[in-house]
Amino acid sequence: MKEILVLVEHRRGEIRDVTFEMLSEAVRFAKKIGGSVSALILGYGVQEYAKIISDYANQVLVVEDEKLKEFNSEAYQKVLVKVIGERKPFLTLIGHTAIGMDLAPALSATLNIPLTTDCICIDVEDGKLVAIRQYYGGKVNGKVVFKESESYMVTVRAGVFSPEKPEPPLGGGIISIPSPLTDEDVKYKKFIEYVEAEKGEVDISSADIIVDIGRGIKDAKNIPIVEEFAKAIGGVLACSRPVVDKGWLPKDRQIGISGKTVKPKLHIALGVSGAFQHVAGMKGGLIIAVNKDPKAPIFNVADYGIVEDMFKVIPILKDLILELKGKK
Amino acid sequence: MDIIVCVKHVPDTAEAELTIDETGKDIRKTGLVFDINEWDNYAVEEALLLKEKYGGKITAITIGPKEAEETLRKCIAKGVDEAIRLTDDLFKGSDGYATARILCSAIKSLNLKYDLILTGAQAGDDGYAQVGVTLAELLGVQHVSLVKKIAEVKDDALKVHRELEGGLEEVVEVKKPVVLTIQTGINEPRYVSIAGVRKAAKKEIKVLGAADIGLKAEDVGEAGSPTVLEKLFIPPVTKQAEILTGDVSEVSKKLVSILKEKGLI
Repeated sequence: MKEILVLVEHRRGEIRDVTFEMLSEAVRFAKKIGGSVSALILGYGVQEYAKIISDYANQVLVVEDEKLKEFNSEAYQKVLVKVIGERKPFLTLIGHTAIGMDLAPALSATLNIPLTTDCICIDVEDGKLVAIRQYYGGKVNGKVVFKESESYMVTVRAGVFSPEKPEPPLGGGIISIPSPLTDEDVKYKKFIEYVEAEKGEVDISSADIIVDIGRGIKDAKNIPIVEEFAKAIGGVLACSRPVVDKGWLPKDRQIGISGKTVKPKLHIALGVSGAFQHVAGMKGGLIIAVNKDPKAPIFNVADYGIVEDMFKVIPILKDLILELKGKK
Repeated sequence: MDIIVCVKHVPDTAEAELTIDETGKDIRKTGLVFDINEWDNYAVEEALLLKEKYGGKITAITIGPKEAEETLRKCIAKGVDEAIRLTDDLFKGSDGYATARILCSAIKSLNLKYDLILTGAQAGDDGYAQVGVTLAELLGVQHVSLVKKIAEVKDDALKVHRELEGGLEEVVEVKKPVVLTIQTGINEPRYVSIAGVRKAAKKEIKVLGAADIGLKAEDVGEAGSPTVLEKLFIPPVTKQAEILTGDVSEVSKKLVSILKEKGLI
């Protein structure tokens, strides 16, 4: 039976969502090809995780070692090369995450396994594995095929597959695999500590109204314009990655995978293109998008759209809102 | 500290409407403006900052057609010392793995010395986020991906911050030599000076093909790639916003009345 191996991702005492997304997709895929799903946990003191995961997989493999307590690609790689190299699963799924991006390309090169990254769909066509991934920031999709191989590896975009618990639970058995690591195996890389983003005076994740700005803001000198608009509408200012990269707003205002998740009642996106990494942090409310580009992906997320230069719309909108509030 | 920085010349597609070309495997490039890949721009800046502090030499490498020299000249204008362009018809269709193999062969066959190799964390066109880490593995050196800060440079090691999810970073210490894949926002990339542009125009760029770096047809391109892009297509639209129509004043009024009706303002 073909084995689909899923690498369980966890950090600071929590199994990460992408794990359950991958496991759900693995179960669906396994049904299609007549395979079975194995979850692989690397860590230290992770038996609790194994119990949770067993509902989602046909078997749970656990490698425990103090050297695997925090993610360290040097240690992880050595264990995974051994486990994957011996088991030769038909397909290995790893998250396209900070962990997966540090691991999968190295594993694929060492083990000589074809890899494609950041996939949003995996399927079989005529008995062959195919994957769909995005190009040009999500404006174009591509279908990737693989050279004939015993094993394949795919990294999966987080937030794409819906995590569903199999009914009835699969109740996979938990199998411990002895750690192959010796002290000599981990000598080049060392995990030191976690550092959290500095907390500002505003918490965008609890705001009811969000004014979300993107690349369209163009220049730091335009920030006061949107700040005033946010004040007029009673919202807080948040942004997409490029605005933080340029240092125009602090990191704690960033929405998206590497920033925060927001769930306001009203979300006004101004000059935001709508890259997946940003949209992944937009979790609700009425979404309004203002963008010059009618093809901007943000219009596939928004409820209402205005195709216009944000700087033309903002002053008029602000005056209308202030007028309305003045009449109250 | 000698540094190699890998750069890519890519089209800016942020505000462009893309169409698929007749091969079905690429987009039409006419009318698009090309520039250095955004992530690579930060990698180049980080290399320059390190050189200013610790000395050494920076070599920029790209894989691409003649036009890609524009990106290399930009690097030279900013202070990169040497530039190499790898080009060959055989390279066409190379996936992330084959691309890393081309870079690896160039570095090895030219016997380039390095303490650090910097690449962008990913490229804005194909977005594999694969080449840097694969290159490290092929060269047999360490790697750290998604680097957001180089906190400390020691004789034999570096202390760097990696970007994780949700605003979190992790601090990692790694022994040199090492490949770092650089995340955007790590620094503020400088602009090119006029004097720099003049200097860069005169600089010779080394151009090498597959045979020059010891690669055969079966090592590169589709033949040497474990994965092949079969076709590109425009993604199906799953949801579409209701677009408000009219002039600026009309659409603003329409929006305000929608917000008022829904009790949001």
